[in-house]
Amino acid sequence: MMRKLTIAIIYILLLAFNANAGSDGELSLNKSKPKEIKDCFEKLNRATFAFNKGLDKAIIKPIAEGYRNLPDQVQKGTKNAVTNLSNLITIPNNILQGDIKTAIINTGRLVVNTTVGLLGTIDVANKMGFPKYEREDYGQTLGAWGIGPGCYMVLPVLGPSTIRDTAGSFANVLGGDPWYNASIHGNNEFLSEGVFLTSKALDGISFRSDNLESLDNLEANSIDFYASLRSLYLQDRENKIKNNQRGSVEVIYKDEDDWEEIDTK
Amino acid sequence: MKKFFIIIFFLNLSFGSAYSIGPDVFVQSTVNRASQILSKNISKEEKINRLKIIAKETVDIRGIGFYSLGSVRKNLNDGQKKEYFYLFENYFLKSFASRLSEYTNPKIEVQDKKVINKNYTIVNSLLISTPDRPEVKIDWRIYTKNPDNPLIRDLIIEGLSLARTQKEEFASILSSNNNNINILFKTLENFSKN
Repeated sequence: MMRKLTIAIIYILLLAFNANAGSDGELSLNKSKPKEIKDCFEKLNRATFAFNKGLDKAIIKPIAEGYRNLPDQVQKGTKNAVTNLSNLITIPNNILQGDIKTAIINTGRLVVNTTVGLLGTIDVANKMGFPKYEREDYGQTLGAWGIGPGCYMVLPVLGPSTIRDTAGSFANVLGGDPWYNASIHGNNEFLSEGVFLTSKALDGISFRSDNLESLDNLEANSIDFYASLRSLYLQDRENKIKNNQRGSVEVIYKDEDDWEEIDTK
Repeated sequence: MKKFFIIIFFLNLSFGSAYSIGPDVFVQSTVNRASQILSKNISKEEKINRLKIIAKETVDIRGIGFYSLGSVRKNLNDGQKKEYFYLFENYFLKSFASRLSEYTNPKIEVQDKKVINKNYTIVNSLLISTPDRPEVKIDWRIYTKNPDNPLIRDLIIEGLSLARTQKEEFASILSSNNNNINILFKTLENFSKN
């Protein structure tokens, strides 16, 4: 009870702080141009980023490289299973964003993959022609409701985020993630905190394994790797909140006029 | 004399249409050229050198360079602009070519195009999936002010703009160093040397 209360207080504080940091005295919804997202805690963020890089080099990357050596079927099955579990967060967010049609489709996907697809290890729904799956989370829902991202943050272990997205993550442990509820608070012999943490760890390792080369390449070709990752994360979040299938020009270029001015020919 | 002008007029028209190239055709031909190089059995260094030649012909490196600087470009004098362009070109070619050289035999299909205005067209393409890699959506921002010589100004990979990323990277270096342009110059120089 005490733990939940503490989390709830942190959540409210984060959102309150987000309103101040994100709005900067003016509601971002009132502006036609997208707002620059401030890196209010840059020194701390860079220190956390350096810590995460060390952790990645020492533990996460070697595990991801080892994971890559597992048989393809095992890797694919694991990825399918953790993706299937993510439906439990995506579906309530589809509903909160008013996208009932996608919520119904994703519920069907979850049922089919969990049963016929052997606990989600086989993506039967994809083979049946279901539309492409897009993950949703509470940070995206807050964004879709018009709440600004607030300051950029780098979280220990978890990596890039914003105040809004961090607040969104707290919603998972406040009852917004049925998988978390069933594992941690559910009264059954099959699920436990360990099962929940393992599923989250596998999700992270699968992601890292998919991006081994691209992250190495990005780091090797960046003059400021921290700033590159920050930019890519924030662009990706904007696209996801606006549900852009391909990045829209308005999202990609903060100020289109900046291009128009450049005439080098 | 009148006949002469009419002939000149039609010659212009025919030459104009012969050399004018659609942004989608331009992208497909550029990726085909790059793909040919990447699938060749030559050293990585050789691939990088050949990709650099293609990039020089098809990418508006100067435009991207000034875009990446943001509003700071307005404060540069002619000497600084010249120095910046020299450093940026070396940085860009090295970074661009070594990013591309990681791919072997990539197959890119141009799918669609969207004209934004007379100066810009976005060309949509798809990097075809392989057993090791899922399909990747790549959009190209093509500068079409001179329709006879379209140029690439940005690559947008799965909705993520390389030009915007680079601009924000440069802005971060400048803001961390009191907008001292010489620090950025030094950083670009060091990158190209290493």
